Amino acid sequence: MSDSYIDLVNSPLGATLAKKLGLPKPVRLRRHAPNQPLTTGPVLILSDDASRLDADAIAAALLPWDLDVRRDTHLPEEQRWGAVVVVLTGITHPGDLVTPVLALGTTLRRLARSGRVVTVSRAAGADLDPAEAAARQGVDGFLRSLAKELRAGATGNGVVLGDGVDATAPSALGALRFLLSAKSAFVDGQFLHVSGPGADNPSWERPLEGKVAVVTGAARGIGVEIARTLARDGARVVGVDVPASGDSLATVMNEVRGTALQLDVTAPDAAERIARHAQERHGGLDIVVHNAGILRDKLLANMKPEQWTDLLAVNIEAPLRMNETFVELAHEGALGRSPRLIGLASTSGIAGNRGQTNYGAAKAGMIGMTRALAPVLAEVGGTANAVAPGFIETEMTARIPFATREVARRLNSLQQGGLPVDVAEAIAFLASPAAGGINGEVLRVCGQNWVGQ
Amino acid sequence: MPPIPRRAVVVGANRIPFAKVGSAYRHASNADMLTATLDGLAARYGLAGERLDDVAAGAVLKHARDHGLTREAVLGSALDPHTPAHDVQRACATGLEAILGISNKIALGQAEVGIGAGADSASDAPIVVSEQFRRNLLDLNRAKTPMEKLKYMARLRPAHLVPVAPDVAEPRTGLSMGEHQALTTAEWGITREAQDAYALASHQKLAAAYERGFFDDLMTPYRRLTRDEALRPDTSLEKLGGLKPVFGKHLSAPATMTAGNSTPLSDGASAVLLSSEEWADARGFAPLASVVDAVTAAVDFPSGKEGLLMGGARAIPRLLARNGLTLDDFDFIEIHEAFAATVLATVAALADDDFARSRLGRTSAVGQVDPDRLNVTGSSLAAGHPFAATGGRIVATLAKLLAERGESHHREGPALGLISVCAAGGQATAMILEAK
Repeated sequence: MSDSYIDLVNSPLGATLAKKLGLPKPVRLRRHAPNQPLTTGPVLILSDDASRLDADAIAAALLPWDLDVRRDTHLPEEQRWGAVVVVLTGITHPGDLVTPVLALGTTLRRLARSGRVVTVSRAAGADLDPAEAAARQGVDGFLRSLAKELRAGATGNGVVLGDGVDATAPSALGALRFLLSAKSAFVDGQFLHVSGPGADNPSWERPLEGKVAVVTGAARGIGVEIARTLARDGARVVGVDVPASGDSLATVMNEVRGTALQLDVTAPDAAERIARHAQERHGGLDIVVHNAGILRDKLLANMKPEQWTDLLAVNIEAPLRMNETFVELAHEGALGRSPRLIGLASTSGIAGNRGQTNYGAAKAGMIGMTRALAPVLAEVGGTANAVAPGFIETEMTARIPFATREVARRLNSLQQGGLPVDVAEAIAFLASPAAGGINGEVLRVCGQNWVGQ
Repeated sequence: MPPIPRRAVVVGANRIPFAKVGSAYRHASNADMLTATLDGLAARYGLAGERLDDVAAGAVLKHARDHGLTREAVLGSALDPHTPAHDVQRACATGLEAILGISNKIALGQAEVGIGAGADSASDAPIVVSEQFRRNLLDLNRAKTPMEKLKYMARLRPAHLVPVAPDVAEPRTGLSMGEHQALTTAEWGITREAQDAYALASHQKLAAAYERGFFDDLMTPYRRLTRDEALRPDTSLEKLGGLKPVFGKHLSAPATMTAGNSTPLSDGASAVLLSSEEWADARGFAPLASVVDAVTAAVDFPSGKEGLLMGGARAIPRLLARNGLTLDDFDFIEIHEAFAATVLATVAALADDDFARSRLGRTSAVGQVDPDRLNVTGSSLAAGHPFAATGGRIVATLAKLLAERGESHHREGPALGLISVCAAGGQATAMILEAK
């Protein structure tokens, strides 16, 4: 589904009109392409005094990424900042924010299209000194507000380090790299909490080399892009979808050189069959992406029993049942050295959506399940995370009536719908070794939708 | 039989649901259907971009332009374009012949992995112009002077433009397949009731197989079709009994063959992945069955002494004899349902002492076919019969049944399965598969 409004407001006449009428002016977001530079311009590292050591370490870590790393806000006239990283790991009082934040403010007019602002800070906890907690929590409100001020496809996100996690731990840098890159095009106003060190990716080009991933619902929509993206990153992909979608599934799986497994995820032995297929065809299984889902929108007052039960059966009960088996396999060591369970949640499960009580229950259920699975997976060196898409341009959302769709698209800081690949990139990141220190998280891919966090 | 170096194994298979003629696949060519079927197989076994040693396939109703049908389908598929391919044709046994050919190459060590396949479209059938028109056109094309050209053009008549529709009549007798079967049906005294009951069971057994997900890893949907279009799970003896006979209306015996107990014209394609055990092992694939042996027999139908579709009654005993087996050794027997009466007449002939003595030179009947082992998941009456695709459908079904069974219920060792597919020209191919 193309967004013709974006084309319009980016044409000379459309741009003038939009400006005169005060209409939203979304831009085409920069997205990942092979061999492109990580950012479109120099990267500025700012920090408060207490965070200087971490800032130095991060600056040093960024150099091998072929970035033009700067520590000074001076920028030649013709240049634009590709990104500004604000390191705030040492702040102990809200007053510590003033210097780096005001310095950041002076750079914003020179931020490139699809530029990046990324904060690196530490988690606020109840066991902290109140002033330190206030400072750390302050970053949250500051960044979310700033993200709403950024224009032209620029995003603001943060990396939040847990206790004992080094600022240059593989997962801290992995999260930072993801947020700096075009892969996070539609992630805005979000924090990635890093609770463990994680592991180095074998390479940034093919971080999933040697891994086997299963994607349910891989025949169409977001599932197709997830399969493509995981394959691009080096994974062998098993695509699962209901037998009735077998032809589209075959096309997708042949394209990504994976294998197709025609299977209804609500079957009692679905997980066993997936594991057997992955073992037989690819010699193992490392990554499970629960993407299969259906919609049965209806106001609760009008909802038929099967509209509730069918949806819950596919969208949450099936992943729950399958995960019982996958967790068992993980504990037997049959899910690789760092098992990954990734679920598709939705902003409907966070903020709610009229006509989607069933969907909201299932998607919020997915979030609950993910958080409960996280400590279980941590025991075996694995992770469980969820990705919550907002308005994504798919065949499904293309069926929403025009006016409703136009409004829904603009209700986020980037003033446009995301693409399936944006969701896929987030999943591929969470599946990568470098995301091994990220566990129990719900990463929103919503362009900072105005509702929910 | 003499020992063969090794046996080929059936790794797996794929087909598209079979459509009724002029329906879901009416605008799909043999090449379209074969390509989609190869793609489904490639996706199931991760063969995209893989070079296979050979692909054999064919079609019975074939356009002249499709001389390279299989190679074209391979080029259009996800398989490595370096995969060679060739066409095969043996009427309704084309699919089986293709599978057998690839199996034999594997057995001889000439190939490690290949695909035996078939496709047929009764909807997209070639239209032939009248013989006179064709000859005139060729003459016109060869003509050199304007006068000569004018001469040939003047010979063209509007009547020549009426196309000659393809049919399935036997060139030597002028009789259609149904009329031939009607003669056999009358000869063996197969009743209308027996045929209808048999057809009903075929539909019910196929429907039950679908219900238990039997085809989930044997089939890939195509053009919105997810099940065979001919399948009528809710048909009944009453409905079948209400149909008017269509064949054998001019015989002295009562006409018994209807559209309900005859196989409908169909469109579809099937493919079977075959390999050596070594190839399958290296890939970690668990093969379903191995290909033991096969025989093709033919009958003298033009003389009127034998039924056109009774080749199975000759092929089966020959195959059993050289493998030292009896009908009772098989856990499953698959006899292609060209017509309900074909199966019933073949079963009757196998059990008949006179037939054994007069036709087969045996002292006694070949044996009884246990109805509980016969076409246990239904066959062509319910699935439809796109000619060259039927062999692959049956091999896939039987291989999976054998894999499910494992050890035989009727003999020591792995379960055995027997296939017989009758074909135009009075031929039939029989094949034995063994569970892995």
